[in-house]
Amino acid sequence: MGEPRRLILILVVALLIFLPPLLTSYWVGLLTQMMIFAILAMSLDILLGYTGLPSLGHAGFFGVAAYTVAVMSTAYHASFWACVVGGIVVGTLLGVAFGLLVSHVRGVYFLMITLALGMVLWGLSYRWIPVTGGDNGISGIPRLEAHAGLPMTGPIPFYYVTLLVFIACSVLLAVFVSSPFGFTLRGIRENESRMKSLGFNTWLHCYLSYVIAAAFASVAGVVWAYYNGFVSPTYLDLTASSELFLMVTLGGPGTLAGPVLGAGAIVLLKNVISAYTQRWLLILGTIYIVTILGAPQGLWNLRQRHTSRVH
Amino acid sequence: MIYLTTQTLNGLFSAALLFLIASGLTLVFGVMRTVNIAHGSFYMLGVYVAYTVITRTQSLFLGALTAMVVVAAVGLAVQHLFLRRFASQPLAQMMMTMGFALVFRDAAFMIWGGDPFTLPYPAGLRGSINVADIVFPAYRLFVIVVAGVVGVLLWIVNEKTFVGAKLRAAVDDAEMAAGTGINVALLSGLVFAAGAGLAAFGGVMGGPILGGYPGMDFDLLPLALVVVIIGGMGSLKGALIGSLIVGMIDNFGKALVPELSYFTLFAPMVIVLAIKPTGLYGRA
Repeated sequence: MGEPRRLILILVVALLIFLPPLLTSYWVGLLTQMMIFAILAMSLDILLGYTGLPSLGHAGFFGVAAYTVAVMSTAYHASFWACVVGGIVVGTLLGVAFGLLVSHVRGVYFLMITLALGMVLWGLSYRWIPVTGGDNGISGIPRLEAHAGLPMTGPIPFYYVTLLVFIACSVLLAVFVSSPFGFTLRGIRENESRMKSLGFNTWLHCYLSYVIAAAFASVAGVVWAYYNGFVSPTYLDLTASSELFLMVTLGGPGTLAGPVLGAGAIVLLKNVISAYTQRWLLILGTIYIVTILGAPQGLWNLRQRHTSRVH
Repeated sequence: MIYLTTQTLNGLFSAALLFLIASGLTLVFGVMRTVNIAHGSFYMLGVYVAYTVITRTQSLFLGALTAMVVVAAVGLAVQHLFLRRFASQPLAQMMMTMGFALVFRDAAFMIWGGDPFTLPYPAGLRGSINVADIVFPAYRLFVIVVAGVVGVLLWIVNEKTFVGAKLRAAVDDAEMAAGTGINVALLSGLVFAAGAGLAAFGGVMGGPILGGYPGMDFDLLPLALVVVIIGGMGSLKGALIGSLIVGMIDNFGKALVPELSYFTLFAPMVIVLAIKPTGLYGRA
């Protein structure tokens, strides 16, 4: 990591720690949302950017984890830690099961199959009404502060809990992508047959990458369930998955800062634009097209290319 | 027995519609090696355009024709202006079509509003046909026949004409085909437009029964994808077999275990993928 990047990182973390008490609760909420989706986008980037597997059903894990928290906390009145662990375990186990179906396919086939599996999960949330409440979703998820027994309530304590989770996930993912395992994933992305002939079990690497991505997406889903207090099928449909895909593409696949940047940009735009117009999908679609035309490698990589030319 | 026959005919009707839509998707994949996420949008646009024309002119034929032409032109424009420059970058093309899917979805909502509607039945096909205690809507039979005719036409074009030969060459190996002087870019544009037109036609054919409503584009897309995945991407024969399998299973699944209808639909896909990842008739 170069000096300017380290400086930016320290500055961003400092801002995230010290700025919120000075902001209105609207902006604190927005920052919280950005961090939750940043975790989710980073988890997708493990697949899309680092391993080269375009997963178009990734919002499914996020949604299933959120639904697990919702069902456990409302129908079974489970304790806080049971809900947290339950959400992460169910989401990850789903990754373990789905991974078996998708890890041997590549490229556009991978994309279609993950899309279809994502639609299965959406269909389940939509049709399995006794458990999921169908289109109405599940409301009444307890506030995190109360559920966890924190002494304070309000957006600020929730923000700092999210920040803690966000930093923990970022550090874990940073360690993960710079580990030998992470480099093997990049090797598979660049040239799988060469990695195979070097003796790597590429199937197993892709499988584990899929499961790990599902696990981090589940973490984001658990935090989201508490943040929102409500879950519905819209959080795991194709639009959600493609929005996520855009966060990574727009920000810069194959980096961790890129997805964070992309998630921040999309969440910000979505909230700001939705305040003025109902035409969010139209604008989202246009951002998609413009991104592919203008910055197919993502904003972060654009900047990187620029600085590397300067030095 | 009567129940079984009626359900089978219903399944055939679903299969017929699916074939009209999935055949375009599979051909586009064959030539361009990319998944067209906007394919469901073309199906949706077809219904909406036809609806507008039919309410103005009262002519079903004119409505269907306009829908096909307009949607094919939109498809051609998308391919020519936006997708063509990303040839051999399937992921960029896919994301581009996803952007268009979102734009089309919202544009349709903006233009036509959110009220669901159905297209009128053609004259003479409103009633039902009774054969030996089995009562079956005439229109559904008509759609099955039409899809059969389209299937045969596609087969003839693909196997017996010069354009079809070029197409097969491009599907087989686009680079070699281009090397022998085939204009693959032009061919891709034509196939994309034809696929869009077929999807629109499928939408119009299903219009009297399924109608038009916001969200129909993404309702249909996974079904068409499952058909193409099961049949094998790029194969017309695969699209036919896949449509039959998905149409039947979807129909019987919905009738027998409605809560699990999504599972009964995706189970065969999972089985096929586990045994043959490229689908029944696809090639790696």
